[in-house]
Amino acid sequence: MNKRAVFKSRWLPILFALPQLLLIFFFFYWPATSVLTWAFSLEPAFGGAGDRLFVGWDNFREVFADREYWQSVTLSLVFAFTATALSMFIAFVLAICVDRQLKGSGLFRFFYIWPYAIAAPAVGLAFRFIFAPESGLIAIVNTWSPDLWNPAKFGSHAMILVIICFAWKWIGYNFIFMTAGLQSIPRSLIEASSMDGSGPVRRAIDLQIPLLAPTLFFLLVLNLTESFVGPDTYGIVDLTTEGGPNGATNVMVYRIVSEAFQGLNYSGAASQSLILIGLIMVFTFIQFRFVERRVHYK
Amino acid sequence: MAEINIRNVRKSYGRTQILHGVDLDFKSGEFVVILGPSGCGKSTLLRMIAGLEEISSGEISIDGTIVNNLEPRDRGCSMVFQNYALYPHMNVAANIGYALKVAGVPRAERDRRITETARIVGLEEMLDRKPAQLSGGQRQRVAMGRAIIREPKVFLFDEPLSNLDAKLRVQMRVEIRRLHKRLSATSVFVTHDQVEAMTLADKLIVMNKGHVEQVGTPLEIYHRPRTRFVGTFIGSPAMNFFDSTIAPSGNFVLLDGIQIAIDSALGRDNADSTVSVGIRPEHCRLVKAGTANSVPATVDFVEELGSGRNVHVDIDGTIFAVSGDEGQLFETGATVGLQLPSEHIHLFSRDTGLRLDDAPVLKHNTNQSTVAA
Repeated sequence: MNKRAVFKSRWLPILFALPQLLLIFFFFYWPATSVLTWAFSLEPAFGGAGDRLFVGWDNFREVFADREYWQSVTLSLVFAFTATALSMFIAFVLAICVDRQLKGSGLFRFFYIWPYAIAAPAVGLAFRFIFAPESGLIAIVNTWSPDLWNPAKFGSHAMILVIICFAWKWIGYNFIFMTAGLQSIPRSLIEASSMDGSGPVRRAIDLQIPLLAPTLFFLLVLNLTESFVGPDTYGIVDLTTEGGPNGATNVMVYRIVSEAFQGLNYSGAASQSLILIGLIMVFTFIQFRFVERRVHYK
Repeated sequence: MAEINIRNVRKSYGRTQILHGVDLDFKSGEFVVILGPSGCGKSTLLRMIAGLEEISSGEISIDGTIVNNLEPRDRGCSMVFQNYALYPHMNVAANIGYALKVAGVPRAERDRRITETARIVGLEEMLDRKPAQLSGGQRQRVAMGRAIIREPKVFLFDEPLSNLDAKLRVQMRVEIRRLHKRLSATSVFVTHDQVEAMTLADKLIVMNKGHVEQVGTPLEIYHRPRTRFVGTFIGSPAMNFFDSTIAPSGNFVLLDGIQIAIDSALGRDNADSTVSVGIRPEHCRLVKAGTANSVPATVDFVEELGSGRNVHVDIDGTIFAVSGDEGQLFETGATVGLQLPSEHIHLFSRDTGLRLDDAPVLKHNTNQSTVAA
C-alpha cells in the first residue's frame, strides 16, 4: 500500500509546483511559442512595437534560397560527424588503455575526465591561445614554413581548430561512459579471447566494440546532437573563430544566434531554429531506426 | 601432448603470498586434478600455467620451454572457465571457431573443423544459436568445443562443473574423462569437489593454503593421506580424529581404556608421545555394547542415505561418524560399542600434522614430487 499525502487546500499544491512551472513557462514555453510566431511572421524593421505581419512560409523560402545557409548546413554536418568520430575514437582508445590496467591507469582515468568539467567557452579561450598562429604553442610550426597553421586566414584550419576543441572537451565525457562499459564486460571473456589468441586490437574489434554497442550508440546520439546544436558548439565557435574566416566555421547554431542577436533578424533566425529542430528529429529517428537495430542489448 | 614442469613457483599480491613455492611435474597425457578448499591457490596456479596470471618467482615450463614470459596464446594451452566465458554476441559456431578465425585459418577449413568439433561435443544442431539460448550443460559443451578445436597441447579446466546441477555434473564428468581418453592431451583440472577429483584424476594434487599437501593417485591419497589436512579433506563423511597417547610399551593407542595395536616399530619410535589418530567412518564398526575391543558410545543421530547410513556416535563428547553398517538399525540414544580396526588407523603428528609412518610412502613416490617446505 502506498501512502498518499492528501492536500486539503487547493492552493497549497499549486504553490509548491509554482517555481517549477514558472521555470518551464519562462524558459521553455514562452521562447518556444515566440519562435513559432516569429518564424511565420515578419518582425517590424525597428523593433517589436508595431503589429507583426503574418507571412506564412516566406521566412523559410528566404532561408532556403540563401546559398550561405546551405553552406552553413554543410559545415554543421562536417563539424558534427568529424568531431563526434574524433572524440569517440580517442576516448575509446584511452578507455581501452585504462581498462587494460596499464601502469598509471588510475591516475590517467582521473585526468581524462577533467576536460568535461570545463565550460566550453573556457575551452575555446584556452585553445585560442594554444593555437594562436603567431604567439601560441602551435606557433612553432609557422617557423618551419610560414602559414603552415593559420586559422584566421584559412577556413580549413579554423574548422580543424573548432573540431579539436569540441573533441577535446567531449573525450572526457565519452571516456567515462566507455570505461564504465568496458569494466562491465566480464574479465573472463577477455581472458578467454586472449587464450584464443587475440591481441589487444583484435579483442577490441571482435569483443569490446560489439559488447559495448549499447553504450557506443548512446554516445553517438549524444555527441551528434550536441555537436549539431549544443551550447558547447556555440561557445567554442564564438570564442575561437566567431564563425570565420569568411564564414568557414559558421555552423548552424552559431549562425542562428548571430543572425538573431547581431543581425536582429529574429524571423530568419526563428525559422532556421525550427529547421534545425526538424533536422535533429530526423537524425535521431534515423539513428534509432537503423543503427539501434544492429546494437546488441544483452 | 606436453609435459608440464613447475619449479618453485610463488605468487604474491603485494605482501600477501598466495603460493609458497610449488614444485610439480605433470607427465605428458596425464589427467591431473588439483583439489583444495577455496582460497588455497589452486586456481591461481592454473591461471599461471595459462598465462593469465603473472608468476612472481619460479619457473613453469611446458614441453621443455619456459613459458614465464610467453603470452597466453603462445603457450599452446586452452582453458575451460568456470562461468564458460562464452562470447555472448556470437553464435555457437563463431564461439567455437573464434580461435581459428584469429589464427587466420581459411573459411572452408574452419567450417570443416567447427562441424567436426561440434559433433564431438554433441552440438551439431545448435550451431546457429546464441549462448543465451542454451542450457547450462550446452554452454559447457560450447566451452569445451572452443577448447578442443585448437588441438592444444594442454587443457586447463577451472572448476568447469561447479555451475551445473548435480545430475548434469556427473554426466559432464564422464564426458570430460571420455574426451581426455580420445584426445589424450595433458589436462589440468581444478576443483574443490572431492568426488570429481577422485573420479577424474590420474594424478591427484591436494593443496592447502598455498602449499601442496600431497601428490599421488586418488587411491594412494585416500588410503595413505600424508597430512591430517588431506585426511580430513578427502572422504565423506570426513575422517574421525581424536588425540591420544601411545602407551609406554609403544604398542597401543589408548582410547577410553581400550588399546589398539599399531605397527610395533612405529609405536616404539613414538612411545609416550601424544598423536592425532584418524580413522575413516567407513572403517569404523558398530557392535553390541560390551563386545570385546569396543568402546561404549551413544548414538547421537542417524543420517539415512538410502544405500547406507551415517551413524554419528558420541564418546565422552567426541562425535564419531560411522558409515555403511549393513542393515543394522540404531535408535538415537542407544548405547553401542565402537570398534576401530587397527589396520585402518592413521597416525599423525599432533604438532606438524604429518603422517607418522610416511617414510614408505615417500620412498614409493620418489619420482613424483612432494611438498616444498
